[in-house]
Amino acid sequence: MAKVNKFVSCDPDLCTGCTVCEYACSLEKDGVFNPIRSRIRAVRVYPSGNLAIACRMCEDAPCVIACPRDALQQSEKDGHIIVDEDKCNGCGWCVEACDFGAITVGPNRIAIVCDLCDDEPECIEVCPVEALSLQSRETAARKSRINSTVSRILAAEASEVDK
Amino acid sequence: MDSLKGYANNILYINLRTGKTKTEPLGEEMARKFLGGAGFGIKMITDYQRPTTDAFDSENPIVFSCGTFCGMMVPGSASKWGVAAKSPQSQGLGESYSTGFFGAELRRAGYDIVMVTGKAERPSYLYLEDDSVQILDASHLWGKHNWDTEDAIKSDLGDPGVRVASIGPAGENLVRFSAIINDRLRAAGRTGMGAVMGSKNLKAVAVRGFNDVEVADIDGFKELALEIYEKSRGPATEKYRGLGTAANVLTLNKQAAIPTRNWQDAVFEKADKISGEALNEMYVEKIQGCDSCGMRCEHVGVVREGPFKGAIGRVEYEPTYAFGSCTGVDRPDAIIRAVQLSDLYGTDALSTGVVVAFAMEAYEKGIITKKDTGGIELEFGNAEGMCDMIKKIALREDIGDLLAEGVERAAAKLGKGSEKFAMHIKGVEMTGYDVRGLKTCALGYAVSRRGADHQRHGAYGPDLKGTVDRFKAEKGRGELVMDGEDLYSVIDSLIICKFSRGIWDYDSYAKMYTLATGIPMTAEEMRRCGERISNLAKIYNLREGIGREKDTLPIRCMTDPIKSGIAKGSLVTQEELDLLLDDYYETRGWSKEGIPSETKLKELGLENYTEHLKGLRGTDTKKKTTKKD
Repeated sequence: MAKVNKFVSCDPDLCTGCTVCEYACSLEKDGVFNPIRSRIRAVRVYPSGNLAIACRMCEDAPCVIACPRDALQQSEKDGHIIVDEDKCNGCGWCVEACDFGAITVGPNRIAIVCDLCDDEPECIEVCPVEALSLQSRETAARKSRINSTVSRILAAEASEVDK
Repeated sequence: MDSLKGYANNILYINLRTGKTKTEPLGEEMARKFLGGAGFGIKMITDYQRPTTDAFDSENPIVFSCGTFCGMMVPGSASKWGVAAKSPQSQGLGESYSTGFFGAELRRAGYDIVMVTGKAERPSYLYLEDDSVQILDASHLWGKHNWDTEDAIKSDLGDPGVRVASIGPAGENLVRFSAIINDRLRAAGRTGMGAVMGSKNLKAVAVRGFNDVEVADIDGFKELALEIYEKSRGPATEKYRGLGTAANVLTLNKQAAIPTRNWQDAVFEKADKISGEALNEMYVEKIQGCDSCGMRCEHVGVVREGPFKGAIGRVEYEPTYAFGSCTGVDRPDAIIRAVQLSDLYGTDALSTGVVVAFAMEAYEKGIITKKDTGGIELEFGNAEGMCDMIKKIALREDIGDLLAEGVERAAAKLGKGSEKFAMHIKGVEMTGYDVRGLKTCALGYAVSRRGADHQRHGAYGPDLKGTVDRFKAEKGRGELVMDGEDLYSVIDSLIICKFSRGIWDYDSYAKMYTLATGIPMTAEEMRRCGERISNLAKIYNLREGIGREKDTLPIRCMTDPIKSGIAKGSLVTQEELDLLLDDYYETRGWSKEGIPSETKLKELGLENYTEHLKGLRGTDTKKKTTKKD
């Protein structure tokens, strides 16, 4: 059975695209501010689509499979990607393999990817609008089910009132 | 340079005529005395511009500067950038501020200041990528609107991470109130900085930066930053997170302070229709933030149906005033479209609205006719006519060609009494507070260094909060305006978002500054910086020929009383204005003509600038205040 990995998930309705998560991540990991050192990246699609993306902890992670030097390995504990810095030469095959753009090659020419900050991700801590949270696919799906059911009930009630 | 953190410690000089570039360290003294943003911009143009150069002279420098905290995790500050140059409108100090994501990228590219001089032979744009500085051909971009320009540059350079600040057709056509637009919805709007770029054949500045931004004390910095983030979610910023500044529509309407139909009145009977409440409910689809913002205020309005279907624009009070009450338009969808057109063509939304309102009044009075307007029936309230006029102004078609010069110059040419309803100070169109019934604010507007402006002093605050009697001109208002100006000089130099000013004070500014840069700074020193920058701005303006006679109000504010509401009958007389000005100059330690004394300059460490005031001093006794009737 598939193990239920948790990952940093972003709610696009709440996300304002402020990139504070990027600042916090690069400060936490490298002690400087620089988005290219951040393991989570914010995206804005004009004019108002906002989302932050971090590693989804995929099962059979494509980045691990793509790595020609076996520098990547997936943690059995929580599914995060462990980068062997001695083996990694920053070739970027992992970047191309990831459909989310969640793994990148940092300025030191070593792949960087979310490691969940020992289960207390700094980005979640600082997000000013609480758009980020730790989710597993199961909890994410459950929340969606509940939300969509609630909105359907509300819509039905509203149309009753209209009649 | 290890001692100076935060800053990139780098000034870039570019000459578009020769194509030569050079860099120079910023230096700790410059950092400590002038902070960033406004301070840097004003200092650079005072030092590097030849006195009394015309704004469109090719050697007139234009200066882009980062706020102190660009690229750092400081609430509402990481991406604030400023631009300064001689203004094509006032021929005095031009300065403007914007945000979005451009500023942080500029800092990461490794610059605190970029100064551009000279005129390129053909349309060009700058591309700064870390150490690489390129002047690239922009012939294919000339004539394109801002959103297309941004997209085209990103695609040409093959990098969606590039940040672009560009001008639209208005800037190319030297429309005097042209803006610079970045990140689509963000504008450095006021005082015509876009036209200065246009006069240099400079279509855009594109930036990409990969450098680290380091702070001096990581732990202390993080602690204070998080504390302020926490505050930025609290009650002090609630207004901006909720309705946004558009909440002012109903507030100011009730106070009879919302200029209506080109300032013929101060109460808009259809204010309900364009209120922040109505806009939020019907049109705002998303409220988003700028780089590092903990508050979020960018209300993105989208029009889904009707004649303005498809329009997208950022909703704020000022454009709502300019394209709403000031033009008598009561349609939020038209306002959103007008804002979008301003962003696309690159005009200052505020000035544009006031210019159109001026044209509307001239049309209704028969000073201009349908023949001049190219067939538009330009009466107050004509939403589609307003939108068409914006395009005509940007492209200088028909009467738009004249209006593109701004209301002051247009009125001078049209004559027939139109000067009496040209709403400007120092050639810069009025912003949305009816100062006739806000006397502290009136003083703030009159002395504002960049012409008609509420953003240099915030002096509407004491009037509207009831701290003072808003209908009375009295001593003491000078101090209120001065304190506001000095504070705002600091805010615009660190460049902190003004919407978050309620969660900061001089102490926290100073503390954050020290933690970020490693330069010790106290609250008092910080306030001094504000005073220094305000004084230097004054010195610049005096040098360029802007003295006491220009510290005045539009004729209408001094002759036509407000017609209705609780401020009915209010106006500001010349006697009242003189009293206020005398009080203000005295509080500042300036002469009656508004010239800083040598003692004051020495006190602020500006003694090197005494030279600039030579020939102005000593004539004080001879000059008398010009009386206007």
